[in-house]
Amino acid sequence: MMHECQKIPGFSLKNRLNGYNDSEVRKQVKMKILVPVKRTLDAYVKVRLQSDGSGVDLNGLKMAMNPFCEIALEEAIRLREAGHATEVVAVTVGTEKTQEQLRGAMALGADRSIHVLTDTDDLEPLNIAKLLYAVMQNEQPQLVFLGKQSIDGDNNQTGQMLAALAGVPQATFASKVVVNGDSIEVNREVDGGVETLSLSLPAVVTVDLRLNEPRYAKLPDIMKAKKKIISQISGDELGVTLKQHIESIKVVEPPARKAGIKVASVDELLDKLRNEIKVL
Amino acid sequence: MKTKALIIAEHANQQLQSSTSSLVTAASQMADEVHILLMGSQLQSVVEQAAELQGVMEVKYCQSAELDQPSAEKITSQIMAVVADYAVVLTAASTFGKNFMPCVAALLDVAQISEVIQVESRDTFVRPIYAGNALATVRSLDPIKVLTIRPAGFEAAPLGGGATITEIPLVVPEISSKFLGASLSKNERPELGAARIVVSGGRGLGSAENFSLLEKLADKLGAAIGASRAAVDAGYVSNALQVGQTGKIVAPELYFAIGISGAIQHLAGMKDSKVIVAINKDAEAPIFEIADYGLVADLFEVLPVLAEKL
Ligand SMILES: Cc1cc2nc3c(=O)[nH]c(=O)nc-3n(C[C@H](O)[C@H](O)[C@H](O)COP(=O)(O)OP(=O)(O)OC[C@H]3O[C@@H](n4cnc5c(N)ncnc54)[C@H](O)[C@@H]3O)c2cc1C
Ligand SMILES: Nc1ncnc2c1ncn2[C@@H]1O[C@H](COP(=O)(O)O)[C@@H](O)[C@H]1O
Repeated sequence: MMHECQKIPGFSLKNRLNGYNDSEVRKQVKMKILVPVKRTLDAYVKVRLQSDGSGVDLNGLKMAMNPFCEIALEEAIRLREAGHATEVVAVTVGTEKTQEQLRGAMALGADRSIHVLTDTDDLEPLNIAKLLYAVMQNEQPQLVFLGKQSIDGDNNQTGQMLAALAGVPQATFASKVVVNGDSIEVNREVDGGVETLSLSLPAVVTVDLRLNEPRYAKLPDIMKAKKKIISQISGDELGVTLKQHIESIKVVEPPARKAGIKVASVDELLDKLRNEIKVL
Repeated sequence: MKTKALIIAEHANQQLQSSTSSLVTAASQMADEVHILLMGSQLQSVVEQAAELQGVMEVKYCQSAELDQPSAEKITSQIMAVVADYAVVLTAASTFGKNFMPCVAALLDVAQISEVIQVESRDTFVRPIYAGNALATVRSLDPIKVLTIRPAGFEAAPLGGGATITEIPLVVPEISSKFLGASLSKNERPELGAARIVVSGGRGLGSAENFSLLEKLADKLGAAIGASRAAVDAGYVSNALQVGQTGKIVAPELYFAIGISGAIQHLAGMKDSKVIVAINKDAEAPIFEIADYGLVADLFEVLPVLAEKL
């Protein structure tokens, strides 16, 4: 297989957001936080597959905001409540239905939201990242908080892609975020434990489970959210051309484990492990 | 023309990450030639370890104080400087690999395919989605494949290779996060992802102190210790031990789930274990549905007996 080298863009990781590095501009605008949120199957609902292997069957199943996005949103709201940020803007990419999650985000405390309208919810992370980058250019946020992973596709890509496209520093898997004026300090959960990074703003942060415990929306806030603004914009209007990079061949159930047995005692357990299957 | 695959290998200065050998096997299923790229501040011994893996033709390395605890931005720049020669770029689906690989894909304007467990052909891959409740077969339409790999799905390549070793120049990005420090959990036990036996505890353990009951068992078995999210959230153990959809994925020969209910997010991290033993006082706990051997009992009564009799 061949690939043309000239297709690879000349790479230099540099801030591609105009005006961002102008400290005068930054002093005037108080911190805005952009929070991309995704509509996914509720974390506690069992997924059902189409019998023809064409994909999952979400028909009639309970949908929700991806749990990691809830944590990202909660952190943004807390930073606003603590006086570090002035505005929290939720954004989602998807079909009309995804507005439900934007309403939910505003009930939780987002000030307004942006709906990037697409004709499918089955979008690749790279395309989502490109659309979010276009929104980022329009909105010029100092911080973007994303979930580390969507629990349907389990991709764990969008935030990192967005950071690379925008040419801003990233911190993934955040379990603590501290704002110090023009920079942030982030604890990241890594395989060996926790590591701490410092990032200049603007920056992209993807959040992990232990960053915070999201609040629940209260009824008056749900009512108030109905009056908050959702601005709708299409990919075309954002000037982004979507491209298919991945073709889905089939989606099937994983091989089932054969049914096990109950043992009555420690002795019986050890006997099985030692003499029957000989793992000990 | 021969196609080449580039493995971005993880290491801890003196020690190459053991999963690298599985990445070599995966890479050789996707390309004619396998190369490894190493970045760091002290690479002497890891470069040698990488060159010894059978099937590796070339080890490229960049050694510099700048690359001590390198940021995603630094790693990405370094990869972008050499990537033009490659048809495949792959790394492990660890927190190391997940951190920078999507940046590489985005800058190449190609997709990343995450958590690949099987290579069906040079452009077709199998990966779990929905916490492992479905397996998706996908075909990449891109000229360059960018992948993260679950090492457990691939045999380890043997030693006995003799790759050529090439030093490459340092490339520094204009923007990068700064490393301030790390608090890594001390662990004298086998690595969770590679252990033959894993003993995991959940909320049922009730406290950090009670995890010592698991330690006794793990000592006897030479096992790694794992935990459910609830146990980590409650502060019983370090996040480094979490097994599951959003923690580590393990597939040992023997997995003990003790005081763990068996939520789908936990199962996602351990259901490919060869043999699963569950100990839980609730006979209805979902963990028993996937356990090969289930013992309905109070863990505080049976753990001391189990450790004693081993
Ligand atoms: C987005 C998302 C991601 C997640 N990721 C993960 C993940 O990566 N890993 C993970 O593990 N979870 C994850 N979870 C959480 C998961 O849904 C469960 O909440 C969690 O696994 C429960 O942990 P547990 O089984 O220890 O606790 P519980 O569900 O509270 O179960 C405790 C069990 O201990 C038993 N028990 C109590 N006392 C005793 C005793 N004396 N003797 C014997 N048995 C006893 C009880 O019967 C019970 O079954 C995630 C959740 C979400 C929403
Ligand atoms: N359709 C979408 N709209 C808005 N944000 C998204 C969308 N898909 C993914 N994201 C963001 O990217 C994060 C990681 O998703 P993923 O890369 O798919 O695992 C999510 O938690 C969201 O914050």
